[in-house]
Amino acid sequence: MSVEAAKLLGAGLAVIGLAGVGVGIGQVFSAFITAVARNPAARPAVFPYTMLGFALVEAVALYALLIAFLILFG
Amino acid sequence: MASPLAQFEIRTIAPLEIGGVDVSFTNSSLFMVIAIAAVTAFLVLGVRRRAVVPGRWQSMAELCYEFIASLVRDNVGHAGRPYFPFIFTLFMFILFCNSIGLIPYSFTVTSHIAVTFALAAVIFIGVTVLGIVLHGAKFLSYFMPPGVPLYMAPLLVPIEVVSYLARPVTLALRLFANMMAGHTMLKVFAGFVVALGIAGIFPLAVLIALYALEVIVALLQAYVFTILTCLYLHDALHLH
Repeated sequence: MSVEAAKLLGAGLAVIGLAGVGVGIGQVFSAFITAVARNPAARPAVFPYTMLGFALVEAVALYALLIAFLILFG
Repeated sequence: MASPLAQFEIRTIAPLEIGGVDVSFTNSSLFMVIAIAAVTAFLVLGVRRRAVVPGRWQSMAELCYEFIASLVRDNVGHAGRPYFPFIFTLFMFILFCNSIGLIPYSFTVTSHIAVTFALAAVIFIGVTVLGIVLHGAKFLSYFMPPGVPLYMAPLLVPIEVVSYLARPVTLALRLFANMMAGHTMLKVFAGFVVALGIAGIFPLAVLIALYALEVIVALLQAYVFTILTCLYLHDALHLH
């Protein structure tokens, strides 16, 4: 197998991890929507933590994407 | 057509070498200077009139101040007041560096791991030294959470130490990866627009949506970096 083909396969495999991130982000916002639906007055209190949680989960996506880019272009 | 990664290339503007170390003024340094000049102009000129009832610009400057002030107050507590100037500078610098990088043909300072790791390393070392100076040997009690049975300690303490040492790495990597991957994706889709001719309207629509996302990410990543710094500072000051 050529190095180029192996790189493409490696990058493709690396982004499989993004499935977990999709589930994670969905869970964060699901919890936020449930909380606000139960208690709309809590929205300004909960929103900063929702954004923090989203960014932390998104960071894992970016780690996987970084590995994919490093495999593909490194 | 240029590679999507060509935007991250460091170009020397004014070569300078001190004691064998290359300290040239590069395009990265130039955009750091531009970011600092923009932050200073935004804040200093905004509050120049010092009106009791603020106008638009003064409102925006006061909004930034109040946002970070409440962030520090809520996440570090009263003991965090001496560190507010540092947190404020950190937030405004990262925010403006991220945002200025979105202008076409400009350079994103925070898209280099060297820059983000320098910031994260300084914060990590500063917070750790602060914790050791304030609490002495009791600082190590941070790695043994209260209410944990003693037989769990040989398993839990190494995990806690490793996750503590991972903090500067994740802090730097999060900001760096968001900026680099986001901007690389923008360039890749821009390449599609040019390559497809008239059908390039579809990647163009995606590109516009991606650009909006990148604006949100620029603001969000500055906020996340700052709030995590506040949380680490809280851990060092209060040891829990």
